[in-house]
Amino acid sequence: MEKTIKAEARAADTGSTPAPSAAAKPKAAKASKPASGARLGIEKTYKLYIGGKFPRTESGRYFTVEDAKGDVVANMCRGSRKDFREAVVAARGALNGWSAASAYLRSQILYRIAEMLEGRAEQYVLELQQMGATKRAAAKEVTEAIDCLVYYAGWADKYQQIFSSVNPVASSHFNFSILEPVGVVSLLASKEKALLGFVADLAPIIAGGNTVVALASEANPLPAISFAEALHSSDVPAGAVNILSGYRSELTEHFASHMDVNAIVVSGGDVKERKVIQELAANNIKRVIVRKKLGVYDPYQILDLQETKTTWHPIGG
Amino acid sequence: MDKANAPHKLNFDTSWEYAEAPESTDHIEIKKQYGLFIAGEFVPPKKGKYFDTINPATEKVLAKVAQSDASDIDRAVKAARHAYDTHWSKMKAAERGKYIYRIARIIQERAREFAVIESLDGGKPIRESRDVDIPLAAAHFFYSAGWADKIDYAFPCRTPAPLGVAGQIIPWNFPLLMAAWKIAPALACGNTVVLKPAETTPLTALKLAEVIQDAGLPPGVVNIVTGDGATGAAIVDHGDIDKIAFTGSTDVGRVIQKALAGTEKKYTLELGGKAANIIFADAAIDQAVEGIVNAIFFNQGHVCCAGSRLLVQESVAEEVIAKLKDRMQTLIVGDPLDKNTDIGAINSAAQLERINAYLDLGKKEGAAMYQTNSKTPDKGYWCRPTLFTDVAQSHRVVREEIFGPVLAIQTFRTLDEAVTKANNTQYGLSGGVWTDKGAKIFKVGSKIRAGVIWANTFNKFDPTSPFGGYKESGVGREGGMHGLSAYLKLQ
Repeated sequence: MEKTIKAEARAADTGSTPAPSAAAKPKAAKASKPASGARLGIEKTYKLYIGGKFPRTESGRYFTVEDAKGDVVANMCRGSRKDFREAVVAARGALNGWSAASAYLRSQILYRIAEMLEGRAEQYVLELQQMGATKRAAAKEVTEAIDCLVYYAGWADKYQQIFSSVNPVASSHFNFSILEPVGVVSLLASKEKALLGFVADLAPIIAGGNTVVALASEANPLPAISFAEALHSSDVPAGAVNILSGYRSELTEHFASHMDVNAIVVSGGDVKERKVIQELAANNIKRVIVRKKLGVYDPYQILDLQETKTTWHPIGG
Repeated sequence: MDKANAPHKLNFDTSWEYAEAPESTDHIEIKKQYGLFIAGEFVPPKKGKYFDTINPATEKVLAKVAQSDASDIDRAVKAARHAYDTHWSKMKAAERGKYIYRIARIIQERAREFAVIESLDGGKPIRESRDVDIPLAAAHFFYSAGWADKIDYAFPCRTPAPLGVAGQIIPWNFPLLMAAWKIAPALACGNTVVLKPAETTPLTALKLAEVIQDAGLPPGVVNIVTGDGATGAAIVDHGDIDKIAFTGSTDVGRVIQKALAGTEKKYTLELGGKAANIIFADAAIDQAVEGIVNAIFFNQGHVCCAGSRLLVQESVAEEVIAKLKDRMQTLIVGDPLDKNTDIGAINSAAQLERINAYLDLGKKEGAAMYQTNSKTPDKGYWCRPTLFTDVAQSHRVVREEIFGPVLAIQTFRTLDEAVTKANNTQYGLSGGVWTDKGAKIFKVGSKIRAGVIWANTFNKFDPTSPFGGYKESGVGREGGMHGLSAYLKLQ
């Protein structure tokens, strides 16, 4: 962590749900007044990303994100259970298409996300800086996120060859095992490195043909929510990636318990949170993948979210 | 249908009868009472409690086995930990492999004895225990043995290391085979083991303990503890176990996954199934009928991956069902030790009760039930091969795992409808597809959300072939290269 971010200190990922934002200053209060005659800046409204659209939360609630100086940077959607459920419906709907897309196509689309990020690098650097990162650290994080996408773009059409097998069974059958995506994945993204952490958690999930509903870092959701814009212009099918902002402590239960989610990736968090997640996940034998360390990129992270399918066929005339 | 185009009808209606062909039991040795196998020796349980294991075909007691409690499990885990620390994790991998090869060889030598005891204790036909269970159990040890010093090659750019002590809980449907599935890869990967066989079928696991003694394994590398669900729970809850491997029902799997929440224990779960076996009109129908029989009546239907839902294309449904009924009528239900027997005894009174409850339920839900009129013995637990037709997707006999020789039959018109119906289940262990068209096999096979696809075959198993489920049928794979990672840390 380059610098303590105030917002992050306030809202640890596993902390108790902060009180509704009644006390917080809404964003408009801090909008800078331009000098006479100067142009009034246009500020960005951060929204959710569900089913290829940018809706506001159905709950109508929000929470504020403050910058290092304590000024309110944005009013974020405080995503609800219903938002999450709608996102799962979108993710389930997108699964057939995305999982059946050729490995070559998935690879190109991941590469395309990297291209889009590269083109907007400046925007992400500024966003990270706004939240307290030094310019140098912010720039490094953005380039690492881009490189991470390129890395997994390259794996999308290769992991199958590394991890599948032809099995020499003793009977007269041809037998082979291949990987298939586990399905719909929910992701509680890392609170560290709001952009890179998010991208590093997300890329192996979608490189493997899964669809996903992700919760952005609560402390600094801005880059993840902005990342939706890069996704949106990258031929990622609508619904394949859905991104929510909100309180992790409030949404964790739903991310873990939803019966139409096949796996949950938990980045960071503590043992107490993990126990709750694992207990709820058991309701539908959900796979629980815990990511404790940031900065590990390898195809085993893709493998974590794959099922092995073995097919038998007789050999004969 | 005019006569010229009428399907060929197999003529099973002859006056031939099969003479009895019982397998002899004079060469087997079952002790009157078995203790727990801990640290290389049979020891009595702390509380001195024993329970009977019976022959489900005669209801006669075969032996008494120990009921272990948490203190016994603790002893077993300590023995396993000690063996791990002092011997097994320090031994050269190739030497570890040689011990496992020895186990395989001794099982092969004593195969006939194992087959007979398996059929006595579990009720499965001797033909199956002789030709499937025991040879496959030996093959699993043989296959895993060779991995011991080659594991690095299976995980590129990683350094695999053993986990420590594995707690393993296995079911009653393939007692020795499941023990082999669990123990062999665990040992090959350098772990030590505490294994609990099922309450109703402990004998072959206890005989395996003798083999492990004979093979000269260091004491404590494999410990075998008998008991009921509480014994299993004591294994799951033990603080010094690093990994839980469970095969059994989805309900118990859920309880185990919950119990492991918040711990660092790794787990693999092989759970229930309700597999669809899809017959397309272009399939070789007579072969498909044999496949249906094998899919659901193999091992009395006590198979988690059984093809318990038949999906048959509407245009051939009448023909397939008629041929299936004819073929079912020839199945011999009875003495598991008779080499002619196709369907042996239901494993326990409790399981028979459960199956019968489903038969009543199916009728109550409005399905049409068909059973063969095979003769069954007076004593023992028996269920004739059974079909349900006129079923709806919502019927419980279509949705729930019955774990008996009971098949629910649905029809479909299009490939998409077949796939949708096949996937309309919380399970995803296996699936069958029967067609003459290769392209269709790949299409349907890729769309069925299940871990094993049998195309123009069913219920085939091999140590080299990974096995395990999607969705609520479990987590992880056993067998093959993919099964190794369940017993390793990949550093």
